[in-house]
Amino acid sequence: MNAVLQYLATGIMVGGIYGLIALSIVLICKATGVFNFAVGQFVMLGGFIYYTFANLLGLNVWISFPLSLVIAFGAGALVNRVTMQPLIGQPVGTQMMVTLALISFINGITLVIWGGNIQVIHNFLPGDVVRIGNTTFSSILVGAFTIAILVFGAFALFFQKSKIGLAMRATAESHKVAQARGINVRLIFTLTWALSALIAAVAGIFLGIKVGVAIPMGAIGLKAFAAVLFGGVDSVLGAIVGGLLVGIIETLSGGLLNPWLMEIMPFIIILLILIVRPGGLFGQKRIERI
Amino acid sequence: MSIDRPCGTYDSSYDQDMAIVRTRLQWILLVVGLLFLFSLPLYSGNYILYMVNNICITLIAVVGLNILMGYCGLVSLGQAAFMGVGAYTTGILAHHLGFTFWLALPSSALMAGIVGVLFGLPSLRIKGFYLSMATLAAQFIIMTLILNAESLTGGASSLSVPAPRIGDFVFNSQSKMFYLIVPLTILMIFFAKNIVRTGTGRAFIAIRDNDLAAEVTGINVFSYKLVAFFISNVFAGVAGCLWAYTMRSINPEQFTLIDSVWMMGMVFIGGQGSIAGAVFGTIFIRGLDELVRTVTPSLPALIPQLKAENVIGFGPVIFAVVVIVFLIYEPRGLAHRWEVFKASYRLNPFTY
Repeated sequence: MNAVLQYLATGIMVGGIYGLIALSIVLICKATGVFNFAVGQFVMLGGFIYYTFANLLGLNVWISFPLSLVIAFGAGALVNRVTMQPLIGQPVGTQMMVTLALISFINGITLVIWGGNIQVIHNFLPGDVVRIGNTTFSSILVGAFTIAILVFGAFALFFQKSKIGLAMRATAESHKVAQARGINVRLIFTLTWALSALIAAVAGIFLGIKVGVAIPMGAIGLKAFAAVLFGGVDSVLGAIVGGLLVGIIETLSGGLLNPWLMEIMPFIIILLILIVRPGGLFGQKRIERI
Repeated sequence: MSIDRPCGTYDSSYDQDMAIVRTRLQWILLVVGLLFLFSLPLYSGNYILYMVNNICITLIAVVGLNILMGYCGLVSLGQAAFMGVGAYTTGILAHHLGFTFWLALPSSALMAGIVGVLFGLPSLRIKGFYLSMATLAAQFIIMTLILNAESLTGGASSLSVPAPRIGDFVFNSQSKMFYLIVPLTILMIFFAKNIVRTGTGRAFIAIRDNDLAAEVTGINVFSYKLVAFFISNVFAGVAGCLWAYTMRSINPEQFTLIDSVWMMGMVFIGGQGSIAGAVFGTIFIRGLDELVRTVTPSLPALIPQLKAENVIGFGPVIFAVVVIVFLIYEPRGLAHRWEVFKASYRLNPFTY
């Protein structure tokens, strides 16, 4: 029983990080309709940027953390401006192909700048383990989970209360109508990409502390794909729940059943869910029957 | 269809009207092209032959994927895994049971087809993005199963495959495999070209354009979707079988998600819904990939200021930049440009 509780708790914590990455995908997908295959690479890039400030330049966490986020924000905006904007109006598939090419591009750039070795980011969180009852957590996971919840909260507020958040929601609803109402849709696209890269960077920094940053880290995006599928590609709430679910299923099946099931168990369950609920758990229901 | 006819070509029978090769110029080009292709092993080295074989195998899988994606509108992210099913079927049958080539090829095709139908079942309820993700799940599930069924597949270590033999002739080198692969590729492309012109192919196109309307016109959407999955995967199975026989040693590393995704990329870059597009896309991506691989080792000499291991990173960067620039300037794929070229050639010397 204790083991189950421990796995469950760890799963929830890891799921927080997956949820962040899933949110990064969902933001772009909701606003522009493009599925960003390169999200894992954005996560990795964020980790490496922080690594540069914190480890190589030895800056304080209070300086390097915001600085990395600002750079990630800029990088996201740049990606949108250079590669996505020329393709507005073209088939969405073409833009997805571009994100595919971005995987190659970011991997290559990373290799040129930081090399191929695995780099572990200095831990800035106090203590090694946190005990709650009989279960123990590594402080990194607790920190990551807390930050994830904070980010989600901030975004929920941002979307509900701020004018820009409202404009972003309007754009997601319909590009044409949003444009007609005087919303600068191009600017919203840029902002969406930038915010998405920022969220991915947050996830990347915590993952970098936990397991280190290296090029294979880009594969973390796959976990987020699973999370997005659980929640539905157009639901922000779904991203969180999906992330947590993937984390829980993964650690439970890996710990209790068989380690190699860890990788595929979420996908098996997704296949079943998709057959019952084609739009994911929280996805928009389309009334269409054939 | 009239725009598709070259100037001054008039068909006087239905046979003529339906022929794939219709004008004298096309016949001449076809014969010259085939002569050139089949005489290739006479004057080119092993490396070129290896590349041609490699491209041809990928081509079969991509043409199959284009039937599914381009004609039926069902996006699949598991083509490499389905190819892996074909390769491992061949590998297991030939390695453990000593099957011959002529038995292994159809069984791989069939096996891949059946697995494809199995994973195509969710297409009953889902389509578009979610379906592509269901096939993504297929990619993981299949490859993990292969990785863990160690007694059969050898797991992470490779499974060796004996060279194929027909009668007493053993295909044990690239140039010999060339004569097995290239005719099969041509056959498969011809097969694909014809499938999309039959009633089944028209049903696929109807489903892609509007599945509701297709259902109303009396097309059984669900069974046709499964047929599309089956056909696409038969192609993948054939490709996998040939891959196993060419590489002679297969392991799960050869059929990763990124391979699947790039096969999808080849369909997009070539142009969806065009068999010629699949051919162009495959040759373009594979050729570019190979070019970058050849150029990369000489890069460290050009930039001595950086460490050699870092400079290698410019390889993927060049690859990505070419693909991105290409997509920005040719978003509808190579097939579109090819159509534009053909149309202007046919209308020559008039400009309308």
